[in-house]
Amino acid sequence: MKYLDEFRNGDIARRIVEDIHRMTTRPWAIMEVCGGQTHAIIRNGIDQILPQGLELMHGPGCPVCVTPLDVIDQALAIASLPGVTFCSFGDMLRVPGSDRDLLQVRSEGGDVRVVYSPLDAVALARALPDRQVVFFGIGFETTAPANAMAVHVARQEGLDNFSMLVSQVLVPPAIDAIMTAPGTRVQAFLAAGHVCSVMGLHQYPILAERYHVPIVATGFEPLDVLEGIRCAVRQLESGEARVENAYARVVSMAGNLPAQRMLADVFAITDRTWRGIGTIAASGWRLADAYQAFDAARRFGVQDIRTQESPLCRSGEVLRGALKPTQCPAFGRACTPRTPLGATMVSGEGACAAYFHYGRLRDDAPVHDDPVVLT
Amino acid sequence: MSDAPRDLAGWSCPLPLRGYPRVVLGHGGGGALTNDLVEHLFVPAFANPSLDALGDASLVTVPGGRLALSTDGFVVRPLIFPGGSIGELAVNGTVNDLAMSGAAPRYLTAGFVIEEGLDMAVLGTIVHRMATAARRAGVQVVAGDTKVVERGHGDGLYITTTGVGLVPADVPRIGPDLARPGDVILVSGPIGDHGIAVMSVREHLAFETGIESDCAPLHTLVRDIVDARGGVHVLRDPTRGGLAATLNEIAQRSHVSLIVDEARVPIRPQVMAACDLLGLDPWHVANEGKLVAIVAAAVADEVLARLQAHPLGREAAIIGDVQAGRPGLVAARTRLGATRVVPMPLGEVLPRIC
Repeated sequence: MKYLDEFRNGDIARRIVEDIHRMTTRPWAIMEVCGGQTHAIIRNGIDQILPQGLELMHGPGCPVCVTPLDVIDQALAIASLPGVTFCSFGDMLRVPGSDRDLLQVRSEGGDVRVVYSPLDAVALARALPDRQVVFFGIGFETTAPANAMAVHVARQEGLDNFSMLVSQVLVPPAIDAIMTAPGTRVQAFLAAGHVCSVMGLHQYPILAERYHVPIVATGFEPLDVLEGIRCAVRQLESGEARVENAYARVVSMAGNLPAQRMLADVFAITDRTWRGIGTIAASGWRLADAYQAFDAARRFGVQDIRTQESPLCRSGEVLRGALKPTQCPAFGRACTPRTPLGATMVSGEGACAAYFHYGRLRDDAPVHDDPVVLT
Repeated sequence: MSDAPRDLAGWSCPLPLRGYPRVVLGHGGGGALTNDLVEHLFVPAFANPSLDALGDASLVTVPGGRLALSTDGFVVRPLIFPGGSIGELAVNGTVNDLAMSGAAPRYLTAGFVIEEGLDMAVLGTIVHRMATAARRAGVQVVAGDTKVVERGHGDGLYITTTGVGLVPADVPRIGPDLARPGDVILVSGPIGDHGIAVMSVREHLAFETGIESDCAPLHTLVRDIVDARGGVHVLRDPTRGGLAATLNEIAQRSHVSLIVDEARVPIRPQVMAACDLLGLDPWHVANEGKLVAIVAAAVADEVLARLQAHPLGREAAIIGDVQAGRPGLVAARTRLGATRVVPMPLGEVLPRIC
């Protein structure tokens, strides 16, 4: 538990911040990839204490935000079926689908449960042999090993009442997509430390070189994030663009090899749609052919679901950094944390929700989380 | 319920109940079985003259002054958890709601909704723990009701308690609308213990250092800080929704902004670690034995000293102040010297994925 004090120390943080102020001579735009980093930034107010012009752009690394609408709708359809026990990580329950969310499905009688690990869902499948237990397997390379392990264990044990709705996404193709998007403003990346702890760093040098962009593997405590920013700024100011490890206590070049073997066994690369961004080639995992029997979308026949994204929501432009949340006409009017139109307004680290709450520090901003009209 | 700890200390099963190891529907039917439960479990446990009379209503005598009334329903899973049970919660929850108005709690009524099949020993344990909590809080349970619902239609046991207390005539009104710019915000001890204690059992999490619920009656703590001078403006116990919800309610009701120094809010390291692990915000986690006090700056140090002199307030701290402008806003100064908004929690506490 020592990390609580060591990596949240205000005095050390101030010294790093002073350092960043000293070395920053120009405006820079740095994208933190992971939602956990965005959370640390918002929670600690890191964005407020950086030099003016040093902009942190919230990247697409929040699985809650980028899981596509058709997969959410598939989840809602499966969770509504009688005989199904649908297990999910907690914050997916509030993500809006086309017409409702998982919390509403539960209130309508669906058996929707929050679990902390996909292996808990496997245990449920063992305990409830008469029910179909489905786990919502979303997330990045971080959640993937445990999800893969769950499917692997289920096959080993012959648990044919377990299946997984898979929407795994991958960081390097997203970085590639952001850098090739027209008008991209990103000049450096804080790579997601826990993704790197699984996959290692060897996927990143080619990206750093191709787009001449510093990529810094960064952790999640306040001092970790500040250290990542310091490394990125140092590289930017000196014209460098290489892969750097600012999270060496967790991340190694090779990554977690047993986890990588498990992933290669259970998953296969596939194209994925990212909510608000669109389809990115080879940007995700599906279950490998040998594990297709555990694919919930196939088992429950919900592959061809039709979706309806809110016509007002422009979260895609927000996720790409092309639009500030406050520039969206629905922001603070039709779309608030209580009545979110898009996933970026759902979780605290979603860019829109963060702007909504932070904006309240200004005198002219609305105070209550009600769909009130901004003046 | 089979995995609930059986703390039978102080409980001897009276003969007529021994034939029923589990609660059956008939225990709520109003006949002989109900009488068995009332006469052999509830009345002996809560024994007092008003209850013993077993009338449809109990008569109690109160001196002049202002009456405080409060009612609360209690639902918790598991029924018995580290540091308490639904029985202590049902007493202390209502006692604390009364105390937050400055009242000295006097009487409680209790309604039990029992699920058919509840282990009689578990019910006995909870009722006796409830009676012990009532004695500790100095309140009498003077009326009660028992209903039994079919198996599958309840979570073992729900308890509703209603309380009556007396506010001394010379104590000025205390209320969530009375925070004034310049006031000082205090909390009576570390936050998040209760919610994490319950969750750690529910999620089968084991921590190196055990975390126990802080469930406790706060009326003597209140008595020690409230007096005729009126320096204490607001008292709230941050239960569901935690510190964040309580501060937001006060900011909205009083039309002020509350600014809290994050580093000054006491949180046990093991609670912080559990929250990090579970993806929860300790400011959103429930407490059952803590209070938030908003007091005039002139008396803040004295109130702090009195809180710290009480066994339930040893770790009390001044955590922030009340400001004019931006009414309804709660903000935290972070350890890094920045300011962030502390929003009202939406509802159900949902753990974060990453």
